Amino acid sequence: MKEFLSFIKKEFRHIFRDRRTILIVLVMPIVQIILFGFAVSTEVHDARVDVVGDLADPSVRQTVARIDQNPYLHVTAVLGSVAEVAERFRAGKSDVAVCFERNFDERLRHYDKAFIRILGDGSDPNTAQMIVNYVNGVLSTVQSELSASEGTQTASFPHVQYMYNPAVRSSYNFVPGVMGLILMLVCSMMTAISIVREKESGTLELLLVSPIRPVGVIVSKAIPYLALSLINLVTILLLARFVLGVPLRGSLFLLAVMSVLFILASLGIGLLISVVSATQKTALLISGMGLTMPTMIFSGIIFPCESMPVILQYVSDIIPAKWYIIMVKKIMIEGVGFSYIYPEFIILLVMTLFLLVVSVRLFKRRL
Amino acid sequence: MNENTDIIIVEQLTKKFGNFTAVDHISFRVHRGEIFGFLGANGAGKTTAMKILCGLSLPTSGGGTVNGYDLCREQEKIKRHIGYMSQKFSLYADLKVWENIRLFGGIYGLSGKRIRQKSDEMLRYLNMTDLRDELVGDLPLGWKQKLAFSIALIHEPAIVFLDEPTGGVDPETRRLFWDLICETAEAGTTIFVTTHYMDEAEYCDRVSIMVDGVIADLDTPAALKQRHQAADMDAVFRKLAYQAKRE
Repeated sequence: MKEFLSFIKKEFRHIFRDRRTILIVLVMPIVQIILFGFAVSTEVHDARVDVVGDLADPSVRQTVARIDQNPYLHVTAVLGSVAEVAERFRAGKSDVAVCFERNFDERLRHYDKAFIRILGDGSDPNTAQMIVNYVNGVLSTVQSELSASEGTQTASFPHVQYMYNPAVRSSYNFVPGVMGLILMLVCSMMTAISIVREKESGTLELLLVSPIRPVGVIVSKAIPYLALSLINLVTILLLARFVLGVPLRGSLFLLAVMSVLFILASLGIGLLISVVSATQKTALLISGMGLTMPTMIFSGIIFPCESMPVILQYVSDIIPAKWYIIMVKKIMIEGVGFSYIYPEFIILLVMTLFLLVVSVRLFKRRL
Repeated sequence: MNENTDIIIVEQLTKKFGNFTAVDHISFRVHRGEIFGFLGANGAGKTTAMKILCGLSLPTSGGGTVNGYDLCREQEKIKRHIGYMSQKFSLYADLKVWENIRLFGGIYGLSGKRIRQKSDEMLRYLNMTDLRDELVGDLPLGWKQKLAFSIALIHEPAIVFLDEPTGGVDPETRRLFWDLICETAEAGTTIFVTTHYMDEAEYCDRVSIMVDGVIADLDTPAALKQRHQAADMDAVFRKLAYQAKRE
């Protein structure tokens, strides 16, 4: 035990002596959370709306006024014809156009229906879709108001409501994603590098001829990074809660348990990387390109797994971060208990055990 | 077998990697308190044999004892009773001198009090008392090497393995380092050393020369020179090592 403690102490010394690394490790989550939370936002603020139609028409006027009131939209211009819309898009002067039928009000009264056409700028499909959805939302509200006041029955739009995240805030998605990313990065990359560094400098040899067992070496390497990861976890949660306003509806304890499980899985990956790489550069490359990239792409942080081709969906299934992120979302945002996440939990548990057993074996054999 | 006079007893030790026999039925003994030179060209099987002796790997067949502990069954006990230093002077460059001493003292299970006592003693002996708060990485190579050697001895092992301890060091520093080795041997610690410098082989009490996985010859430097009618160890080594058939 004493042997162990002096070894762990030494690991902490390494970490704290290397100011730059410690700074990066502790500051990175803050930067990432703020970046993802504010800068890399998939929400659209202040979309510019062009209107094609006759503002003298009372129903049109009412509808346009409502669009302008929406915090995400504002009306920039009223155009005479649909033909002008393309030019406005090309000039980058507007993001969406709402075109009203001629004699809109009259048709609405007499025939109980009138057409509105929404033109989005498809050169940026994600944004266009988002803005069109906003406009649609406003239109459906206006419609229900109109039909209520007039007593007329208009074709009803479905009323869409997003449960757990009524404002459709992207930070609800990014925070769990960043948690997965950071924990994975700190744990696997730092563990891998710190082991490979000892390989490079020859000190690993020294440890192996000492009475410390290989498993002891691994565990004492892991503990400081586990501690760092927990600090990161707390930082992320505090930032998420108090700066980004992401709720923590579920049990904190459950979240902590899942996080530790995920940290252990990352540790296993880190160990695997340390076994296969001979130099710190290799370790860095493998964890950077081979780990961060697939995690970002396949874990559903940015691209939803459901919209991937089937083969890629299978690929995404072997990424531990995916399962962790799913659980974090469920716990934090939906506030569910263990009974709702046990399938993911079991998958992650099996992955973790597998990774740890394989990597510890390989690590021992390579000695 | 006499474990009182022989600290290493090896019988028919063999290590195979697939079809390749790295160490081929070697048998030898190292006496307590001697400086034993373990020579051989690169690839002759030195490192493999030494790894087995340090309890790092298991022999394919054959066996032996180190300090009375079985090579196959008591690797953990062997590790506790040997010291080890490699050519890389592997100490932690980003730790201070005293932190390195403390770490290895701790790893070998010394008490805090004993570590303090040992480290004062060691630093005084090496004339490094003023350097205890320096980072090891900032020390000149000669100092690092001496420190690494002393740290390998911190738990007072019966035997210390030195794997090419003087690689890449200037002759004067090497000579000083060998003074330290001789003093340690006189104090009763057995030294098991591999080297590529034949002038260093002259310092050894006995020398074995490995060629192609077997021990080609083993004796005192004087006897070896006489037997092979060579003027110095370098000539002896050349005569034996050039019999090598494998690359």
